[in-house]
Amino acid sequence: MAEVPAIELKNITKTFGPIVANKDVCLTANRGEILSILGENGSGKTTLMNMISGIYYPDHGQIFIDGKEVEIKSPKDAFGYKIGMIHQHFKLVDIFTATENIVLGLKDQGRYNLKKSAAKIKAIADLYGFVLDPNKKIYDMSVSEKQTVEIIKVLYRGADILILDEPTAVLTPQETRRLFSVLRRMKADGKTIIIITHKLNEVMEISDRVSVLRKGEYIGTVNTKETNESALTEMMVGKKIELNIERSDPKDTEDRLIVAGLNCKNREGVQVLDNVSFTAKSGEILGVAGIAGSGQRELLEAIAGLQRLESGSIIYNNPKTKEQENLRNKTPIQIRDLGVRLSFVPEDRLGMGLVGNMDLTDNMMLRSYKKGKTVFLERSKPKELAEQIVEDLEVVTPSISTPVRRLSGGNVQKVLVGREIAAAPTVFMAAYPVRGLDINSSYLIYNLLNQQKEKGVSVIFVGEDLDVLIALCDRIVVLSSGKVTGIVEARDTTKEEVGLLMTKTFGNEEEGGEE
Amino acid sequence: MLGFHVVKRSKDAMPWWNAWLIRLGSILIGALVCALVTVLLTGKDPVNVFTTMVDGAFGSERRIWALLQGIAMLLCVSIAVTPAFKMRFWNIGAEGQALMGGLASAACMMFIGDRLPNWLMLIVMAVTSMLAGAIWGVIPALFKARWNTNETLFTLMMNYIAIQIVSYFICIYATGGSGKIDVLNATTHTGWMPSIGGKAYLLNVIVVLILTVIMYVYLKYSKQGYEIAVVGESENTAKYIGIDVRKVIIRTMIISGLLCGLAGFLLVSGADHTISRDTIAGRGFTAIMVSWLAKFNPLVMILTSFLLVFFEKGSSQVSQLCGLNASFSDIITGIIIFFIIGSEFFINFKIMKNEKEVKKS
Repeated sequence: MAEVPAIELKNITKTFGPIVANKDVCLTANRGEILSILGENGSGKTTLMNMISGIYYPDHGQIFIDGKEVEIKSPKDAFGYKIGMIHQHFKLVDIFTATENIVLGLKDQGRYNLKKSAAKIKAIADLYGFVLDPNKKIYDMSVSEKQTVEIIKVLYRGADILILDEPTAVLTPQETRRLFSVLRRMKADGKTIIIITHKLNEVMEISDRVSVLRKGEYIGTVNTKETNESALTEMMVGKKIELNIERSDPKDTEDRLIVAGLNCKNREGVQVLDNVSFTAKSGEILGVAGIAGSGQRELLEAIAGLQRLESGSIIYNNPKTKEQENLRNKTPIQIRDLGVRLSFVPEDRLGMGLVGNMDLTDNMMLRSYKKGKTVFLERSKPKELAEQIVEDLEVVTPSISTPVRRLSGGNVQKVLVGREIAAAPTVFMAAYPVRGLDINSSYLIYNLLNQQKEKGVSVIFVGEDLDVLIALCDRIVVLSSGKVTGIVEARDTTKEEVGLLMTKTFGNEEEGGEE
Repeated sequence: MLGFHVVKRSKDAMPWWNAWLIRLGSILIGALVCALVTVLLTGKDPVNVFTTMVDGAFGSERRIWALLQGIAMLLCVSIAVTPAFKMRFWNIGAEGQALMGGLASAACMMFIGDRLPNWLMLIVMAVTSMLAGAIWGVIPALFKARWNTNETLFTLMMNYIAIQIVSYFICIYATGGSGKIDVLNATTHTGWMPSIGGKAYLLNVIVVLILTVIMYVYLKYSKQGYEIAVVGESENTAKYIGIDVRKVIIRTMIISGLLCGLAGFLLVSGADHTISRDTIAGRGFTAIMVSWLAKFNPLVMILTSFLLVFFEKGSSQVSQLCGLNASFSDIITGIIIFFIIGSEFFINFKIMKNEKEVKKS
């Protein structure tokens, strides 16, 4: 078929200083097609899409729309060519309604006619099967609804080519399924859809063709029907890697952390933890599953001494002294002074776990800078630790005096996890430790968690990928709207069971006609 | 179609010496523009203007000492605001903090007179000045730590209160009908900074230099300096590792206020020997620029404060000779700062020509 592709990239190259983000990338996407861009982290997927949507400008190469060469210098140009990008992080005004957000910035209508716009939005939503109330305020919306607003926003502006950057990262399995059915309808309507992802199962499920990038280079494009997950993995990482996570049986477990009846309200007075109780044992990995924002962050921060609680207790069984300590409402320093060796890898790595502008050595010092009797810092030990972590965890960095914000996501996480493990913890908590990491780095993290477990550490792992949670953990606590909706044995459970528990309490308006 | 686009440099791309070459170049271009403006205004030969400037700054031993004193005082206030800035606490109240310090010194000189030996007098003055500055600095910090008030507005308004207090003091104790306070202890010289080897300002310069080195070491090598950096970079990280953020804010503002107070003491005891609303002469604000331009590095601040004071002294000489008014030196300083700040753009970004593939497909 001599079809003119909707969009074609030829030899696109983009460099950031010495780093080559994209090198001679060629790509085509047709009308009425879903194309997946697959690649590990740092493989240049987002950079490439940012060039199509006018955020970056390529150093070399050409972009063709419907066979004509074009120059995209700004997001406005991109809209002119009917290209719309849905970013991973939503760009919406919280206090506005869906309609107001969607028409915001449109100039052609003189005065806003919100009623007319709302009707048009409704029509678009009905056409593709979105569920959206145009008059709902953003702050009342779930993540999935916000994403819907973003998608309709670009459709409203007449986009024919839609780029979605990791659209399923924040969705539950049920929401993902719904998104996919919407995407299929758009495809049937002749839209071109490009999805950036690194989830193989989704690639297989949704896309017609897959283009693979590896380290900024274009590896190739295959038809989804003619390939399988292991072949794609090989294209993506360059060598075959084992997809199985090893899991040993817990040995000599004892109750390490007994959490009982935690209640916590956030600043707006919303109950974020609602009577949460569970026990974390030594020598096991306890998973925490839940839709983003179900209280996972507050739970870990409460244990780490960063979140005030309304009520409840967090009892720590000290393995050395055999004494029990209540950690509730203690500061991190007080917890440390009690002899509790608690390590915590927070979700926000550069905003909480590390300081982006400081180098590796100074970041190692965060935990230990108070050591020593003088008023001066002792930098030699942290420096040794930094060197050791770089070597042991194969951190890619120009040197240990490089600010950590210049490292890639995976390497930042290695530095953080390495530091937290170096403290020889008895309780190790990690929130989304593999988010945004490529497969190799993810497995490295899984192995480190397993090593900790085998050393008798009580590991608490907050994850989002249910496959990983089920394969890695021993038991899984499921949270929904701050409530524990179930504690399941990971070896006996299924993705569907966990997925259902995750959405248990707010079934009605959310999961309408799904089952 | 010929066009260009702007690309952010990754920081590794430009070696430090290259960045400094750009900065130096921008100062030179700035100086050229200054010369042009001066020539347009005065019709004088630009070379002449420059020699006049250099003459104004270095022309005689007295001028050199005035230059050094100017640098030392500006540097002292800059050193004082730096720990707060490093903590991302926008202390723009250095003017008021230093003025309160100066007022405390003047009050000591006025009320204690010559009842104390000079060395003890100087210590008493330094201590009370530093306390006064610290109190002025810690009030906004307490409010910030307790109620999270906006420190920028708060410190700014504290300046006006300080100025009014000084005005009140002057009203009450003004000598005769002059509306100002005469030089204090003019005969006994009690509370005057002693001159070393006949150099009145040498002690000031030495004190400030020592302070600069101490501040450099404090920020870079001490545990408290590290805490300041962590709080400044990310309050969340600070809480995560168990730093008491409120305590650090209060402690750092006490230090900042102490040093501002000390600057007030040095100005009153080492130079003016009296107090007026203008004792600090805007240094509290200029210091913000000195500190920022040096990227909060106390040692680099020696250079940036030199630059600002040099242009100030030089251009005031030019305006004197050419009969221009005092605003002339502000114009010159403004031009120079414009170019220095503008050069940061070229250090952080590069401009690329849009390349088009030559071959047609």
